[in-house]
Amino acid sequence: MSSNASKAFKNPVVNWIEYRLPIFSFVDNSLGSQYPTPKNLNYFWNFGSLAGITLGIMIVSGIVLAMHYTAHVDHAFDSVERIMRDVNYGWLIRYIHMNGASMFFIVIYIHMFRGLYYGSYHAPREILWMLGVLILLAMMATAFMGYVLPWGQMSFWGATVITNLFSAIPIVGDDIVTLLWGGFSVDNPTLSRFFSLHYLMPFVIVGLVVLHIWALHVHGSNNPIGIDAKTDQDTIGFHPYYTAKDLFGFGAFMTFFMFFVFFAPNFFGEPDNYIEADSLVTPAHIVPEWYFLPFYAILRAFTADFFLYAFTPISWIMSAKLAGVLAMFASILLLLGMPWLDGSKVKSSQFRPLFRMFYWLFFVNCIVLGIVGGKPAEGVWIYIGQATTTYYFAHLLFIVPLISRLERPAAPPDSISAAVTAKAKKVSLDRFNPAEPAMAPGE
Amino acid sequence: MSDTAKPLGDAEIDDKSKRDFLFTTTGTVAAVGAAAAAWPFIHQMNPAADTLALSSTEVDLGPIEEGQSITVVWRGKPVFIRHRTSTEIKSAREDDKKVLPDNETDAERVKNPQWLIMVGVCTHLGCIPLGNKGGENKGEYGGWFCPCHGSHYDTSGRIRRGPAPTNLAIPEYTFVSDTRVKIG
Amino acid sequence: MAIKVKVFYAPLLAIFVISGAWITAFNVLAAGTAPQPPKQDWSFSGMFGTFDRPSTQRGLQVYREVCAGCHSLKQVDFRHLAGIGYSENQIKAFAAEADVVDGPNDEGEMFERPGIPADQLPNPYPNKKAAAASNNGKAPPDLSLMTKARFNGPDYVYALLTGYVDAPPELEVPDGGNYNTYYPGHIIAMANPLVDDGVEYQDGTKASIEQQARDVTTFLSWTAEPELEARKALGIKVLIFLIILTALLYRVKKVIWRDVQ
Repeated sequence: MSSNASKAFKNPVVNWIEYRLPIFSFVDNSLGSQYPTPKNLNYFWNFGSLAGITLGIMIVSGIVLAMHYTAHVDHAFDSVERIMRDVNYGWLIRYIHMNGASMFFIVIYIHMFRGLYYGSYHAPREILWMLGVLILLAMMATAFMGYVLPWGQMSFWGATVITNLFSAIPIVGDDIVTLLWGGFSVDNPTLSRFFSLHYLMPFVIVGLVVLHIWALHVHGSNNPIGIDAKTDQDTIGFHPYYTAKDLFGFGAFMTFFMFFVFFAPNFFGEPDNYIEADSLVTPAHIVPEWYFLPFYAILRAFTADFFLYAFTPISWIMSAKLAGVLAMFASILLLLGMPWLDGSKVKSSQFRPLFRMFYWLFFVNCIVLGIVGGKPAEGVWIYIGQATTTYYFAHLLFIVPLISRLERPAAPPDSISAAVTAKAKKVSLDRFNPAEPAMAPGE
Repeated sequence: MSDTAKPLGDAEIDDKSKRDFLFTTTGTVAAVGAAAAAWPFIHQMNPAADTLALSSTEVDLGPIEEGQSITVVWRGKPVFIRHRTSTEIKSAREDDKKVLPDNETDAERVKNPQWLIMVGVCTHLGCIPLGNKGGENKGEYGGWFCPCHGSHYDTSGRIRRGPAPTNLAIPEYTFVSDTRVKIG
Repeated sequence: MAIKVKVFYAPLLAIFVISGAWITAFNVLAAGTAPQPPKQDWSFSGMFGTFDRPSTQRGLQVYREVCAGCHSLKQVDFRHLAGIGYSENQIKAFAAEADVVDGPNDEGEMFERPGIPADQLPNPYPNKKAAAASNNGKAPPDLSLMTKARFNGPDYVYALLTGYVDAPPELEVPDGGNYNTYYPGHIIAMANPLVDDGVEYQDGTKASIEQQARDVTTFLSWTAEPELEARKALGIKVLIFLIILTALLYRVKKVIWRDVQ
């Protein structure tokens, strides 16, 4: 057999198992000392493992909640309140799950913006990036269906509004909506199927995560300078270096997370969802959860007089309503194309001043979109929403491709180890670190 | 990373034993935290407050005539309440002297000899024994008979023959008045 | 080291501030046509806040004597009242005052019996339609979660209860409506429920409108978040633990990374 003498473990029991099921070397190769990792990763690289941990927390707390939840319109709201009041530690587990959803999106959004900043989507990591976008889509579907389950006012009206998006589809739209509902409005059949799918989707996400990590391990992590590791000098074992660093990040993250769970559990929530669903009364302002707001703003930007609609061929072939729905989905699906939209040979924004400037503009633009999504669609907010929507698409479709063809990037260092040595020298001089992304916008 | 070029200034971490101490302490603290965090997720499976609140039930014994039994539900399980005849009481007391699979005197099993109150769940594998309604098979000892695996109980609910290991269980109960009993 | 920690927390802080901005935006938005309720000092706010027991118990009295005629409290059982300091016997006595419909009995009939601690607080109406029919077509809302179901819930409830004033002369108040400073749109179906000395407190506290409003708001905050005290007490321990653990993990990370060049 091809048993490798250098891989032999000290413990004979471990060796016995390893010979039959090489699980120990598998772990060692994927998360252990045998997984070479660039030694210059900064703290933004913590968010991948944080996302994995959050997914685990969501699955565990969710399975536990499902033991007490009743997916029926007459009992759902009360069963959630029973969890909050009578089930042992039910309030804790429910608040972990509720705030965990927000934490998951915070972590994932930081993880994605890190990828966009350091060009992590470039060859040979295109599929890795695309799997990440699919994970985001699956998360969104899961979060949406999960939000319906407590059967509060926002649950009900959120479900009504979002399922009605599909009515924009020509000809078959209304039939599709009826199919989704299993009736003529959001009602008990809708709730039951959302519960079933909400339980299923996390395991689909786990499957996608396995593929995502598999793809990651083929070429290893990208790194802040975007030059892949060339020699052993450039890498260190994942264990103990990044296990230690990830554990520290985990501790800091849990402190942040638990602060909300214990002291501001409804900070990310909507008061209206503590009113039981009433199919005859619509709340004054329907807003989705915060993590959907930028996309909600894009959806609403498409009105009949929005120039991107009115003065383009889009208005010849579809209604503004359909255009808004498609734009919303396109805003996420376009990210799949990042590896090809950005044709730059240099990955990291550190060496692309022009790209970096527009990156931060895009970042701020996304935040503004989110703010607009939370505002009523009236007055100046309509125009801000339309302007930011225009920039969102312009950035991805025109600015990124153009910059990647026009910009002359600065010369990156020869290797990771060269960059680390240079940085160490500079730090010892003035302790100021210009390569840190958090400080980049001012430059 | 950036600090690697200069000494940390911590003499202690050069010392292997102190470094090991740091690792052990951290590991211990983390393990304690993990164990504590697991508890809510386990404890949630225990009966919730509303379930516990319903765990007692009051029964009016007035309408039950001598020789009759009723079945009431307590904690989701059947409880047999039998108004025993004097013959039954006598036969139960006579058997006190015999060697039984699970030795217990009749007096130990009742608060008021007229009323036999017990959980109607066979101690073998949880079936409900027959014999609480008129016309049902009362088994060879005139009490109850579990049809699942053939356990025979006598007029005091004691196991006499068959695979069941112990007598039918007696729930906690108190007589609120002569004709009312509170179970649980 | 200080710089590194700062860099690590920068994105989290940014998110914190951004979400804060959003929530504030909602607050302003939700206020709509009504002014923001003034901020009150509550015994249960802050990291160490607990429900002021006497105030909560007085609030229960206000609820029972004033609110319970129209508003249900369906998430609350009598046994829950142990959470605001009532003994088992007091709870049994409260419960026994209520007539609870139970059944069906062996004859298939529904029957009334005195309440037990496991029963819900009595609902003033048999169902929502009956509630609406008795109140000009608009059912009085359940109050169990009221302070969680409004922005700045406790402040809002207090402001609403003390916010009945004469309508401005130019405004015509429709029949069955009442003018309230803090109700969105100002016209509220509920008539001013509180009057000075409308209840007689057993502990001798003067039952002014403000006092009753404060007490009943404290009580309703408890019905909305009965876990609040346990949550905060456990939260302090958890946060202290996590801060220690994170500090230790930071040391471990430093030690391990020390030899990386």
